[in-house]
Amino acid sequence: MNKPLNKMAVQATINGESTAFLCSPGQVLAEVLRDELELIGTKIGCNTGDCGACSVLVDDRLVCSCLVLAAEVEGKSVQTVEGVANGGELHPVQQKLLEHGGLQCGICTPGVVIAAKALLEHNPDPTEEQARYWLAGNLCRCTGYDKIIRAVLDAAKTMRGEAA
Amino acid sequence: MAVQEFISPTSLSEAQQAVSDGAVSSWLAGGTDLLVGIRLGARDPARVVDLKQIPELTAIEIDDASVRIGAAASAFDVLHNSDVPSLFPGLAEALDLIGSTQIQGRCSAGGNLCNASPAADSIPALIANGAQCRILGPDGERMLAVEDFVVGPNQNALAPGELLVELILPRPTAGTSDSYLRLTPRTEMDIAVAGAGVSITVDESGNCAAARVAIGAVAPTALLVDAAAEALVGSQLDQAAIDAAVEAVRAAAAPISDKRGTAEYRTHVVGVLVTRALAKAQDRITEARS
Repeated sequence: MNKPLNKMAVQATINGESTAFLCSPGQVLAEVLRDELELIGTKIGCNTGDCGACSVLVDDRLVCSCLVLAAEVEGKSVQTVEGVANGGELHPVQQKLLEHGGLQCGICTPGVVIAAKALLEHNPDPTEEQARYWLAGNLCRCTGYDKIIRAVLDAAKTMRGEAA
Repeated sequence: MAVQEFISPTSLSEAQQAVSDGAVSSWLAGGTDLLVGIRLGARDPARVVDLKQIPELTAIEIDDASVRIGAAASAFDVLHNSDVPSLFPGLAEALDLIGSTQIQGRCSAGGNLCNASPAADSIPALIANGAQCRILGPDGERMLAVEDFVVGPNQNALAPGELLVELILPRPTAGTSDSYLRLTPRTEMDIAVAGAGVSITVDESGNCAAARVAIGAVAPTALLVDAAAEALVGSQLDQAAIDAAVEAVRAAAAPISDKRGTAEYRTHVVGVLVTRALAKAQDRITEARS
């Protein structure tokens, strides 16, 4: 594959920080996050928008970063899994995934964390069915999904301030 | 990828300008087909022109006569619009069946239409609702019905330099509703074996005053089946009328056999889907009246 020489300068807010990077016109966001910005929490699985491992938020919209051109995020806000925890304090979705064993190999987990967090910001009290449909684009070959769903519904309870 | 240039125009005239030199360009809406196509080598544009900074392309506007959906408005935005899902529940059903939450955050009805897959979910729903395409090109504007926009598998009617600006749907009159149903082996994240979109108008006495029946994934393009509509209009949507409509869609269907189903199976199933979609649209009309 020929890499074009004409690089573009892009300015975006990434995990709350104003960030500038260079990218090729055809380069996807997932690749720039990992290879240019060293934010390797975001994983690349299928690279065709099927697996959800590269899920990020762009202006609070859940997307696959393998299907977004890096140049498209000019002036936008991007959140990756690196921006989810508050310092040393895990986000409830992360904490509950740990407690429920909602991960094994961990490759899908950054995408699951981002997607589940987006779900709970959109719908603080999802039914199990709503959670399963929302997360249908995050493939996991280890857990069988059940523990992930239990963790997400439990995190929702915590975030609503209800006792577990 | 050998994309040499990325341009993000902020107006229709800038978009026209961006492709006026004839370089191999692709319009970028949500990118959920284009970027996959580039990665798989099926598409090889030198220039990508992003449409999402052009206000008309992402707007959703509703007035007394029509609903205008910008060609690059995401499925997520359409599904969370305050009015579109209640005006066109069938179109919403179709958009909600496309891909995952992540894909719906980016994919658009306009992109689904331009990509022109025979199995595209939103196309039968747009056809059933009588949607028109507003197209802007070097020679000015033209309108084209959605059923005439797709000319073959993965082929649309856009000439070089032309842009699909928006989809214009007539606002449903009283007693009108739509529905879209498809069959897939999985419940989520799958491609239609067959699909059916219908829109019907039923008057107070239960008489079917207008109908549009469209089928997907059973021919090289989604089809508007006039003969099915003719069988329904003027009837009480009784069994004989529905049987005649089903017979008409099965006669119009010309599916292929592939791993998702045989031609015989698809032909059978599309009739079942039309029956159920009609019942669903009818229930919606009854519910709105009660």
